[in-house]
Amino acid sequence: MDRYYSRLSALKCSNVKLLTICSLFTRQLIRKGYSMKKKWLLLSAFFAMAAVLAGCENPLMVLDPKGPNAETLSDTIIMSIIVMCGILFVVYVLYAYMLVKYRASKMGEDYEPPHVHGSTKLEIIWTIIPIIIVVFLSVITVQSTKEVESKPLGYEDQEPLVIYAASSNWKWHFSYPEEGIETVNYVNMPVDRPVEFRLYSYGPITSFWIPQLAGQKYAMSAHVTKIHLAADVPGSYMGRNSNFNGAGYAQMEFEAQAMTAADYDEWVNDVKNTAPELTESEFDELLETDFVGRQSYSSTHLEFKPAPEGHHHGTPTAAEEDSAEEEMETAPSSDADHFHHQEAEE
Amino acid sequence: MKIDESLPLEYSTEENRLKILGFWIFLGAEIALFSTLFAVYFTLHNGHGNGPSAEELFKITPVMIETVLLLTSSFTIGLGIHAMRLGLKKAMMTFFVITLVLGLGFLGTEIYEFVEYIHEGATIQTSAFTSSLMTLLGTHGAHVTFGLFWGTAILIQVAKRGLTPETANKSFIFSLYWHFLDVVWIFIFSFVYLKGMM
Amino acid sequence: MESHEQQFLILNEPMIVAAMISIVVGALSLVIGVTYFKKWGYLWREWITTVDHKKIGVMYILVALVMLFRGGVDALLMRGQTAMPENGLLDAQHYNEIFTTHGVIMILFMAMPFIIGLMNVVTPLQIGARDVAFPRLNSVSFWLFAVGAGLFNISFIIGGSPDAGWSAYFPLASLEFSPTVGNNYYAISLQIAGLGTLMTGINFLVTILKMRAPGMTLMKMPMFTWSILITNVIIVFAFPVLTVALALMTMDRQFGTKFFAMQDGGMDMLWANLFWVWGHPEVYIVILPAFGIYSEIISTFARKNLYGYKSMVVSMVAISLLSFVVWAHHFYTMGHGVMVNSVFSITTMLIAVPTGVKIFNWLLTLHKGKISFTTPMLYSLAFIPIFTIGGVTGVMLAMASADYQYHNTMFLVAHFHYVLIPGTVFAVIAGFHFWFPKVFGFRLNEKLGKLAFWFITISFNVAFFPLFILGLNGMTRRMYTYSESTGYGPLNMLSFVGAVGLGIGFIILVYNLYWSIRYSPRDETGDPWDARSLEWATHGPVPFYNFARIPQVNELDAFWHAKKHNKQLWSGPIEKIHMPSNSGMPFLMSGAFFAAGFCLVFSWWIPTIIFTILIFVFMALRSFEQDHGYYVSVEEVERIERELGGDK
Repeated sequence: MDRYYSRLSALKCSNVKLLTICSLFTRQLIRKGYSMKKKWLLLSAFFAMAAVLAGCENPLMVLDPKGPNAETLSDTIIMSIIVMCGILFVVYVLYAYMLVKYRASKMGEDYEPPHVHGSTKLEIIWTIIPIIIVVFLSVITVQSTKEVESKPLGYEDQEPLVIYAASSNWKWHFSYPEEGIETVNYVNMPVDRPVEFRLYSYGPITSFWIPQLAGQKYAMSAHVTKIHLAADVPGSYMGRNSNFNGAGYAQMEFEAQAMTAADYDEWVNDVKNTAPELTESEFDELLETDFVGRQSYSSTHLEFKPAPEGHHHGTPTAAEEDSAEEEMETAPSSDADHFHHQEAEE
Repeated sequence: MKIDESLPLEYSTEENRLKILGFWIFLGAEIALFSTLFAVYFTLHNGHGNGPSAEELFKITPVMIETVLLLTSSFTIGLGIHAMRLGLKKAMMTFFVITLVLGLGFLGTEIYEFVEYIHEGATIQTSAFTSSLMTLLGTHGAHVTFGLFWGTAILIQVAKRGLTPETANKSFIFSLYWHFLDVVWIFIFSFVYLKGMM
Repeated sequence: MESHEQQFLILNEPMIVAAMISIVVGALSLVIGVTYFKKWGYLWREWITTVDHKKIGVMYILVALVMLFRGGVDALLMRGQTAMPENGLLDAQHYNEIFTTHGVIMILFMAMPFIIGLMNVVTPLQIGARDVAFPRLNSVSFWLFAVGAGLFNISFIIGGSPDAGWSAYFPLASLEFSPTVGNNYYAISLQIAGLGTLMTGINFLVTILKMRAPGMTLMKMPMFTWSILITNVIIVFAFPVLTVALALMTMDRQFGTKFFAMQDGGMDMLWANLFWVWGHPEVYIVILPAFGIYSEIISTFARKNLYGYKSMVVSMVAISLLSFVVWAHHFYTMGHGVMVNSVFSITTMLIAVPTGVKIFNWLLTLHKGKISFTTPMLYSLAFIPIFTIGGVTGVMLAMASADYQYHNTMFLVAHFHYVLIPGTVFAVIAGFHFWFPKVFGFRLNEKLGKLAFWFITISFNVAFFPLFILGLNGMTRRMYTYSESTGYGPLNMLSFVGAVGLGIGFIILVYNLYWSIRYSPRDETGDPWDARSLEWATHGPVPFYNFARIPQVNELDAFWHAKKHNKQLWSGPIEKIHMPSNSGMPFLMSGAFFAAGFCLVFSWWIPTIIFTILIFVFMALRSFEQDHGYYVSVEEVERIERELGGDK
């Protein structure tokens, strides 16, 4: 109950909090010795965002892709809008024709409408044409779905950067197992490199969405889902949970920043050297918290709380049990977590 | 009330015919209901968490007893309806009583089985598997229980009022219900118990 | 430890307290009014105990109108809150409760009863029957629905409303994340109302299959009756799934079972699957009757028979079948792979084919017609272009890949409002205007009706079109607030303006009701629109036995042909009429349902058990009851027919 209360009270001031936290963090970044170039980058990204959002002549977020995945979707959407406009046009022309031509006021007092059963020919025509449209759209759907569900176009030969994104209450945890770092509520990634997000949730279903980089996908507690994406253009992009998950849902946003490889490496090193380590108790505390600002850590929670990978309908494979057991020896996990824990079968 | 003599008693009035069709449609809805419960069970039957699995839990003896009792009762109620069509009130009532007694036996065995499960540490709260199992069995069992009361009410009415178009209609509809429960049990027996024990 | 979730009466929200006071005052004045005018006996005899399908239909529609008001206030509050960035009209909790109740009420307690109400009033008349197959069961259906609606609506003053969305996804709706009794209310009230709906489904299937007038073969049935037949098939097969889903929800929340739990083998997405296996057919349960209503109205006011009758029937059957195999399109984003998503994409898009056939058939019905623009016709005509937008955006959403960008956004919200409002809401309003004179014997005022129509239609587009754009700009649904920097403000404000316009339109509609009751000229013919099907063949208002003599049908639009060719629909002498007798038992039994449900919400086990036993006692009483209805004598029928102005 206290928890519930704190959620509510946190909510009331959370907007203000988030804003101050964001601005503080930006200032901190700059103070921490980021070069002028980066400052400029940050600022320009900010202004670009503001410009995009402020003006009507600017493209809408979903139709303003900054990576191959989002671009495929944007193309699909624009194409489908064109087809739909064609259909609407046909219907509207017919409709207007009927309404203008056959109004009672025009037809004369003693006009008696004919008895028409229908026309097999016409009815077949307007069954066949929609079927052709559906077939056409189906092909596009299957192709584009396949495209966005695999490594981004043009990046097939590159090893993806794996980032785990987990949601808890109204925040996002990002773990970089390769780099051994973890962040909360912001995620940085290099441009021109495929990124594979692995999603899961400590609690209600959430949906991970960075509209300008890729379509969304659910993060659930029982197993991991994946998003493949790549950013072509450096910049700061809006990311958020799009699946309603309770009181703090509206504020559950994060910043996704795509940066050049060099900047990215620098940032990783910076976090490794300056950020604190994430201990298990600290992580558990973090899980319980409703909102936090941005955080950075020089280790990941995956070491003591691995992601629920390969848990299909709650049955772990033998290999994963082994690895889980190994990890338990080094860092015994508490049973009190929200997580799907399976005892090894005898 | 127009009574059509050319039809069996239970079909003889307009109202009766409507009721029989209505009940068939109701059974269609019941099929949808049990199908959903089966689907839930098949989705969750591997999710036994810390609790026992199907193999550990199921025992063949009580299940066999239940099956025999219920299958027999389905046969005896068929005989009851046959007797009713021949106008044999007494025979019909006897078969109905036998049916209900067999149903009671089934229910008793099922309750015993549930008690056993609980003794083995499998309650409805133990795991998704036990939740879905006990809900499926429990829904069937609740239907049987309701049937026992319903059948008794019909028997009383037949005893008091004799075989009228109304009581015949009720008895016939009740027999449809009872056969349906038997069919559901056959599915439970094959796809829950036999599959679980294999 | 006094906290929000343990409150019995919600007293910390000024808005809720105000609503509570107004409800109490309203109820009290109603009781005092009824007592003062000595109308209790009348209410009991003529309405509460009635088994007359027309009166039951009227009561359904009355409740639906009240619920439209409740859901509409919810909508206005939501749009008001989001009209400006960082608005403080509602807090997150209140907003979450309101969008949840808005969804549940509009679908289950507004659209459904409005449809079922019209179905009750019209279907038996259209097939030339005297009542439904099981009049007593019909009354049970209504009262179960009514107490379900009542139970759901008291939640916001007693114990708190559900706040996990109308789809109530687990784990959010589990006890851990939704600790108030709100979702208990959700599960139990929908369960009770759903039982009523299931019985309606069975009742109307038997009615339509068995009680049609002689000569009316299936392919000579009016299109509305066809749509009701198919709708009820869907009800019978879809509602049991909801029954199971809600029962499992109740058990998970109140009995500690593990169906949707995050541990012990439970599966949260199982809820989503069960919910949408019911939920998608549910969409067609409220859309298909709308198609039926439009078919009747368009052909009546184009003064032409319906174009492509057979393909209309076939397309409805196709839609009903497809509606059961598309549910997974509600969660393409749960990551079930290209294969599964593609299959569901294709089945979903296929629904566009029969729907398109219907649109073209309606257009061709207008062809060479003689179109008069009455209020019901205006709604039907507005339906075609607006619904087509809803339809084509539906196809866009059906494309799994693109849905990754639309899912959970305002685009989706805009889409389903573009389907449900011109589809269902316009249809029930059109049907309301169309059949009103049949039930009450006078038309609603056309001038006011048209004024309301223009308000509603224009405002609807102002309110919902901006949401398409907001969705494509990344605005997700169910956000109680957003920051100014998102730039979502202006379009949301525009949408709010539209919502207010919609509100004004509905107020005009209600005012029209009041005005017409007082001043509208009474119709003597029973056929004010010069219409086509059997319901217009009898008097308006319809005598309680519907038809003094059962009509003989030889073709589709039998009444129209009879008028054109000066034929008689009936022959032979008037005979005595068998009618079902009234009963208070459905009302009382539903009261027991209400009490049991209410106690179950708060897990008060012993009273719950007592009231449940009471329900079974009522059932047993019914079993032993011997009631075969009564006969209306020939003299009585002849007297009523004379009073109503001649033999019909």
